[in-house]
Amino acid sequence: MLPSVLRCARPISTSLALSRPLAHFRPHMDPDPSRPVERAIRTKLTDQLKPDHLEVHNESHMHAVPPGSESHFRVLVVSSQFEGLPLIKRHRLVNEALKEELSTCVHALAIQAKTPEQWGSNSTIAKSPPCMGGSKGDHTVEEKLKAGRE
Amino acid sequence: MVKKDKVVVFMKGTPAQPMCGFSNAVVQILRMHGVDEYAAYNVLEDQDLRQGVKDFSNWPTIPQVYFNGEFVGGCDILLQMHQNGDLVEELQKLGISSALQNAEKESK
Repeated sequence: MLPSVLRCARPISTSLALSRPLAHFRPHMDPDPSRPVERAIRTKLTDQLKPDHLEVHNESHMHAVPPGSESHFRVLVVSSQFEGLPLIKRHRLVNEALKEELSTCVHALAIQAKTPEQWGSNSTIAKSPPCMGGSKGDHTVEEKLKAGRE
Repeated sequence: MVKKDKVVVFMKGTPAQPMCGFSNAVVQILRMHGVDEYAAYNVLEDQDLRQGVKDFSNWPTIPQVYFNGEFVGGCDILLQMHQNGDLVEELQKLGISSALQNAEKESK
C-alpha cells in the first residue's frame, strides 16, 4: 500500500511496525506471580477497560536494563470502550488505568488500543523499534528499576 | 515552547542522534514525510523539561509530538496516523505538504 519510500537510507533494522502472527499467543495469558508489575498491569486493564482481548508483553529484555526488569511494556487492548474515541483518548484511558505503574516503575509503555471491529479485521500486534540504548545511565530509569524491585 | 513552531517533538537524543528506539521512530516517520524542519528538544539534557512536558501534556512518556501547539501523541499514535493516512492530512492542515502525498500524486 505504501510506496518504497518506506525503505529509508538509514535502515530501522526490522522497520517501524512489522506485525507478528498471534498463533502462539494465548488469548488470556496466565499471570506470573514472579512478575508483579505485569500482573498489576493485566489486572488493572482488565478491571477498568473490560477488554475482549488483552496482551501484556514485558519488553524490558529488549532494552538497556538488567535481566528480569519490568520497566518496558507493550500492551494490546481490544475493548468496546474505545468505540468512537480518537486514538489519543484511547491511550489516555490506558495511561489513566496504569497511572501508578507509570509514575513508579514503568518507564516505557507501547499501546495499541483497538475496538473489537478493528481487531476482527486486523488481529496483529505491532513490533517495537530496536532499542538505542537511551535507558543506560539514565538515572530516571534507574529510579524506576529500584521502585520496581521494592 | 510548543507554540513556537508548527511541529515540536520532545525526544530522547536529537534527530541526528536519537537515543531511544521510540524517539527514533518519530524522527524517521517525520523524515519519510519530508518534515525535516521542526523543533526537537532533548529531554535527556534537561530533567526539568523532561518532567515539565509530561505534566503539561498529562502524558507519562517520551517522545511527545505537538502540531500547532496541540499535543498529538507519542510514537504509537504517530505511527498509526502514518499508516492510516491521517498524518498526511494533519500535515496539510499545518500547511506542510507531505513528501509521501507528493510521491503518491507523482505515481498517478
